[in-house]
Amino acid sequence: RPCGARCPIRRPFLRAAVAAMRILVAVKRVVDYAVKVRVRADKAAVELKNTKMSMNPFCEIALEEAVRLKEKKIASEVVAVSIGPKEAQETLRTALAIGADKAIHVTTTLRPDQELQPLATAKVLGKVVDQVDPSLVLMGKQSIDSDASQTGQMLAGLLGWPQATFASEIEIQDGAMSVTREVDSGLSTIKLSTPAVVTCDLRLNEPRYATLPNIMKARKKPMDTIKIEDTGVDVTPRLKVLSVEEPAQRQAGEKVGSVEELVEKL
Amino acid sequence: MLGVTRRACGRLGHRGLTLTRVRPNNYFPVRYFCDEGIQDPRDQPRESMEYDVVIVGGGPAGLSAAIQIMNSGLAKEGEGVSVCVVEKGAEIGSHILSGNVFDPIALNELIPDWREKEAPLNTSVSQDKFYLLSETGAIPCPIPPTLQNHGNYIISLGDLTKWLSEQAEELGVEIYPGFAASELLYDKDGSVVGIATRDVGISKQGQVKDTFTRGIELRAKQTLLAEGARGSLSEEAIEKYDLRKGKDVQSYGLGVKEVWEIDESKAKPGLVMHTVGWPTPKDTYAGSFLYQMEPNLVLCGYVVGLDYQNPNISPYQEFQKWKHHPKVKEMLEGGRCVSYGARVINEGGYQAIPKLTFPGGALLGCAAGFVNIARIKGSHCAIKSGIEAGKAVVEFLESENTQVNGIELKTYQTQMENSWVFEELKQVRNIHPAFKKFGFYMFMLYSALETFILKGRGWWTFRNTISDADKTGKLKDHPAIEYPKPDGKISFDLLTNLQRSGTYHDDDQPSHLVVKDHLQSVPVDVSYAEYGGPESKFCPAKVYEYITEDDGSNPRLQINAQNCLHCKTCSIKTPKEFIRWTVPEGGGGPQYSGM
Repeated sequence: RPCGARCPIRRPFLRAAVAAMRILVAVKRVVDYAVKVRVRADKAAVELKNTKMSMNPFCEIALEEAVRLKEKKIASEVVAVSIGPKEAQETLRTALAIGADKAIHVTTTLRPDQELQPLATAKVLGKVVDQVDPSLVLMGKQSIDSDASQTGQMLAGLLGWPQATFASEIEIQDGAMSVTREVDSGLSTIKLSTPAVVTCDLRLNEPRYATLPNIMKARKKPMDTIKIEDTGVDVTPRLKVLSVEEPAQRQAGEKVGSVEELVEKL
Repeated sequence: MLGVTRRACGRLGHRGLTLTRVRPNNYFPVRYFCDEGIQDPRDQPRESMEYDVVIVGGGPAGLSAAIQIMNSGLAKEGEGVSVCVVEKGAEIGSHILSGNVFDPIALNELIPDWREKEAPLNTSVSQDKFYLLSETGAIPCPIPPTLQNHGNYIISLGDLTKWLSEQAEELGVEIYPGFAASELLYDKDGSVVGIATRDVGISKQGQVKDTFTRGIELRAKQTLLAEGARGSLSEEAIEKYDLRKGKDVQSYGLGVKEVWEIDESKAKPGLVMHTVGWPTPKDTYAGSFLYQMEPNLVLCGYVVGLDYQNPNISPYQEFQKWKHHPKVKEMLEGGRCVSYGARVINEGGYQAIPKLTFPGGALLGCAAGFVNIARIKGSHCAIKSGIEAGKAVVEFLESENTQVNGIELKTYQTQMENSWVFEELKQVRNIHPAFKKFGFYMFMLYSALETFILKGRGWWTFRNTISDADKTGKLKDHPAIEYPKPDGKISFDLLTNLQRSGTYHDDDQPSHLVVKDHLQSVPVDVSYAEYGGPESKFCPAKVYEYITEDDGSNPRLQINAQNCLHCKTCSIKTPKEFIRWTVPEGGGGPQYSGM
């Protein structure tokens, strides 16, 4: 089938209610949101050495929603997946501590903020979806390093699944899913059938703290490792970053003495 | 301004909570409230976990103790030993700040093959310089034996600590960054049986939020406190067990540090430079450090003794002013400041070391206070104290007494007293106190006498019984200080610089900086009225501000706890020590990297 597109047969709403819902949550390890990012001296990329990394805030929100659905007994299992270097395992352990049951780590040496690009990520996640067979894929709306906001949409397109992006509310009742999306003109509520891809926005929920006992228990939960080469996906970057520069220094403001002076300057 | 009144939760009668007026700026210690009819989650008992040893603080002292314990025979046989390290910073190293010129003596004992294991000791000291500065000039001084650094390394202590944590984890130590130990747990007989981590998920107003998570108890046979200088639990233990009986009051300095990246062609890695004199007036104990590390890093900073008298002093501004001295400016010009931070350092020396053990636990590293102020080094002593504490713990675990609570690690105390740590500190014990006794120039001569000739062999010991807070002079007795405006290239405005520390606390939590119950009137009536609010000047994070009406009346203290760098100066130098420093939610505070 071209581009690995899924067969467009939808599961009826009713069957989704009876079948145990498995949720796949994709999480990304990014520069911590509070870090003051610096550009590398060679201007090729952002300095990541010795920089604090954490789970992307929107991925945290997606994970929290998945765990809440499990607690409400709407979902039966939450699987977390991350594509990244060896250190991404720490992010997955955090996901397990928050409440995921199982983790999958797809290892790669490509820089996740530049070289591993949304289309390749979506294709790899498509392969993981084939393996895990979830009814719902939850992801953050965008990652705070590349800010692309493309992966969720591309994944849905490749799978041929419906998508709801920028979700601020998800309601699943009797197998029917309705998602409220935050759009430029306000709020838009749509109904989706499953399986579906939903990307999460800020106001969906407030993620919980991982408790110490859960962090300890997370060490024992299963984590599978797959090499990205073994997925069979061609992940060669199609976009090349030419240079990375700091934003222009803010020019000093000028205080004017009166309204007339201001008008003159303008 | 009258605040909002809140209803007390119906089921909290036994807590004795009543209607209270709450001022909106977290002035009062937190009272917790929740809606009627809902049980206060704080009433829930905490989950409890058992370990052989719990270590509070993931710094060099704590991690060395953990490594020493896991390297012992006892840890390798049978069920082994369970050691847990909790650290309030988001990562190991996030709250570590130090110059640092490192003497590897203790590391050689702890991990003899540190070179093969690639410990980050990469820049050997190649030159030592010592200057007495005037506004434009610099008189080179002979390097006293205590400041000769041959064989030492210029390092980032944060990086070394991260490396130590990797060694510890490989040995099976459980390390949990992001968890703040907020309470010591006591047994009925008053001995320490562990710690509890802080409840999280309480709003700024004291309301319990959806994300509320109760802290958990980590119970252990021995609790080692390695929180660094002026550690919050350490101070509680010192007070409760009167560990300072017969010892001097501890005195401190505030060190403010920046890391700069300069042009590689101008860099001189291996350079160690210390200065005294300009810009700080000669009645204040202060000095600078500047170390150059590979490949092109300048680690520079300024330390001001907190026993200063002029309440107008701002250690941060002294630092910014010092950078403009030609000798410093020539090195920094064209470079880029990449990191900023501040932390207090112990200056009390030998006379101020408290008793090191208490029933069920011990004090390690700077929590006790082993800094050699004459050498300006303390990390080697911290690691050594970790090693000795570790050895004492292993001896205790192998003994018959492990089922009994409240055992004190007596061997730790005696081993430290017999070690080179105490010997080294005893030798230099009179140097720092001589400053206040003799004044600047005589102090320089006396220090030379001590370091070159006497080496501590005199029969006398200068004592200090007055706290740093009590040494602050009144505003009317001291001149105002006009600090120059920052130029944005060499010197920076404090809030701009503060961003470089990465400090962050979740906004919606109660302030962790609390005005002590019995000192509620001190900020406005004493600190502001008599001293001009020194905390608004010494805080290196601009946490404390006195806000008045337009005409200057009705002053009130505003505490911007979110800015806090966890330096602990406010718990030391506010008049009457009116601030109690408590831990905020774990993971908050500075995010130092390479400091």
